[in-house]
Amino acid sequence: MRPKETGTRMDIQETTLPGVGLRHDFTTRAGRQLGVVTHRTGRRDLLVYDREDPDTCQEVIQLTNDEADALAELLGAARLVEHLARLQQQVEGLAIDWLPIRSGSPYAGRAIADTQARSRTGVSIVAILRGDGAIPAPTPEVGLDPGDTLVVVGTPKGVKDLSQLLGS
Amino acid sequence: MHGAAVLLELGGVILGLGILGRLAGRFGLSAIPLYLLAGLAFGEGGLLPLVTTQEFIEVGAEVGVILLLLLLGLEYSASELLGSLRAAAPAGLVDLVLNFTPGLVGGLLLGWSPLAAVVLGGVTYVTSSGIAAKVLGDLGRLGNRETPVVLSILVVEDLAMAAYLPLVTGLLVGGGLLASALPVGVALVTVALVLVVAVRYGETLSRLVFSSNSEVLLLVILGLALVVAGLAQQLQVSTAVGAFLVGIALSGEAAEAAHDLLTPLRDLFAAVFFVFFGLQTDPRSMRPVALAAAVLAVVTAVTKMVTGWWAARRVGVGPRGRWRAGTALVARGEFSIVIAGLAVTAGREPALGPLATAYVLILAVLGPILARASEPLRAALTTAVTAVAGRRSARRPAGGWSPRGP
Repeated sequence: MRPKETGTRMDIQETTLPGVGLRHDFTTRAGRQLGVVTHRTGRRDLLVYDREDPDTCQEVIQLTNDEADALAELLGAARLVEHLARLQQQVEGLAIDWLPIRSGSPYAGRAIADTQARSRTGVSIVAILRGDGAIPAPTPEVGLDPGDTLVVVGTPKGVKDLSQLLGS
Repeated sequence: MHGAAVLLELGGVILGLGILGRLAGRFGLSAIPLYLLAGLAFGEGGLLPLVTTQEFIEVGAEVGVILLLLLLGLEYSASELLGSLRAAAPAGLVDLVLNFTPGLVGGLLLGWSPLAAVVLGGVTYVTSSGIAAKVLGDLGRLGNRETPVVLSILVVEDLAMAAYLPLVTGLLVGGGLLASALPVGVALVTVALVLVVAVRYGETLSRLVFSSNSEVLLLVILGLALVVAGLAQQLQVSTAVGAFLVGIALSGEAAEAAHDLLTPLRDLFAAVFFVFFGLQTDPRSMRPVALAAAVLAVVTAVTKMVTGWWAARRVGVGPRGRWRAGTALVARGEFSIVIAGLAVTAGREPALGPLATAYVLILAVLGPILARASEPLRAALTTAVTAVAGRRSARRPAGGWSPRGP
C-alpha cells in the first residue's frame, strides 16, 4: 500500500486474522474508521466502524470477488485519470503503456472484469481506445473487442505481466 | 434382509441429524448439543437403541475426529501458528491457568485419579473454535478490534492440544507416570519434529500433493491423513494430532482446495462422532453428575469471560469489546468431547463420559447465547456495580459517569 496523496500520508494498519485472512483499516480525515477484511476465499468484507464504539462495526458489507473489483475500479479509475493530467508521462516506478487486444487474445470478446487485471497485476485500465474514439474510465463490465487498445497504468512489472496476460 | 436393516437404520440416523441441524440453525444455535442428545437417545438405556449400525458408527466416529483435526490444521499455516503464539503467549497462559485449573480441581474434589482430573482439566480448557468462529461470523464481528485477540487465543489452544493430546494418550496407555515417560517423550519429540519440517518444507510438500483434479486431491489428502493418523496411533501419539499435523504441513493452494473438498465430509463424520460419543453414554448415568457439570460450567464460563476480558484489555480494547471477547470464548464443544473420548475409550473413570457430555451440552448452548447477549449483560452488570458503589460512597459519582469516558 502506497498512499501518497497530496503530501499527507495515510496510516493503513494491517492485522492478521488467523484462520480467516487479513484486515486493513484506516481513519478518514473526517474521523470515520473504514476497513476491509480479505478472506482467504477471496471474499471481501467492507467495514464501517461505529462512532460510539470504535471497536465494533456499524456496517459489514460482504462483497464477492467481482463486486470488490467493481468497487475498486469505481474508486480507483476516476482518481487515476485525474492524476494523469497532473503527472503527464513517466514518474519513477510508474509505467503508462498502450496494450493492443489482438484477435487471438484470450480476453478478446470478454469483459474487463474477467481479466482481473487489478487484483492479478495491480495495473489499472484507465481508458480503452476504440476506432477513432476513446472510453475513459471504463467500468468493469465493458467488453474488450479485438482491435482495441488499452491505456494502462501500474508498475513496470505489473504492466509487463498484464501485457503477457492479454497476449499483446 | 440384513443390508436393508442397516440402510434403514443408518439413513434414519443421518436424516434425523439433518433435521436436528436445521432446527439448531433456525434458533442460531450450534448443532453439537443436539447431536449429542441424539446419541444419548440412540444408545443403551435411551429411547431408540440402535441394533445393526454400531460398528459403522464406531469407525465413522474415528474418521470424524481425524477430519475435525485435519481441517483445523488446514485453517492455519505453520508460520501463522508460530506468529500467533508469539503475539498471544501471555493471553494463552492466562487462558490455560484460568480454565484448566477448574477442571483439574473439580476432578480431584470428585475423588477421581489425578490422570482423570488432568483429562477433565483439558475438557474445561479448550474453547470450541468451531462454535466461536461461527458466532463471530454470524454476528458480523470479524472486523472488530477484539477479534484478532479471540482468534489468537483459539490458535494457541489448538497448538496446546498438539502437545496435550499425545501426553494424555501416552499416560492413559502407559499406566504409571514413569512407565509412560518414554512413549510420551517420543510423542512430543515427533510433534516438535513435524512442526519444524512443516515450517521448512511445507511448501514443497504442498506442491507434491497438489493436483488440479479435485477427485485425485480429495483421495490423496484423505488417504494421507488416515495413514499418518494410523502411524501416530502406532506410536501412541494420538490419531487426532497426526491429522492435525498433516493439516498444518499443507499450505497454499493445496490447503485451500482441500479445505473446500473435505468440509462436507467433515460435517458428516463429525456428526457421526458426536452421536457415537452420546451412544457410549447411558443417559441414566448423567443424573448423578448433573450438578457437578452445572457448577463446573458456571465456573468455567466465568473464567473464560475473565480470560477474554483481560486479553482484550491488554491490547487497548474498550469495555464493550472486552465483554464481547469474553463471551465469544465461553462455548465448549468438539475438542472437549475429543479429549473426554480418549479417556472413555481407555476405560478410565466411568463418570467422566457422562460429566463431559452434560458439561458440553450446557456450554455449547450457553456460549452462543452469552455471545449474543454480551452488551445487555455488560450494561446490567455495570449498573449493578455502580449502584452498589453509589450506595457505599457518601458522594454519588453515578450521575453521568460512564465506564467508557467521552
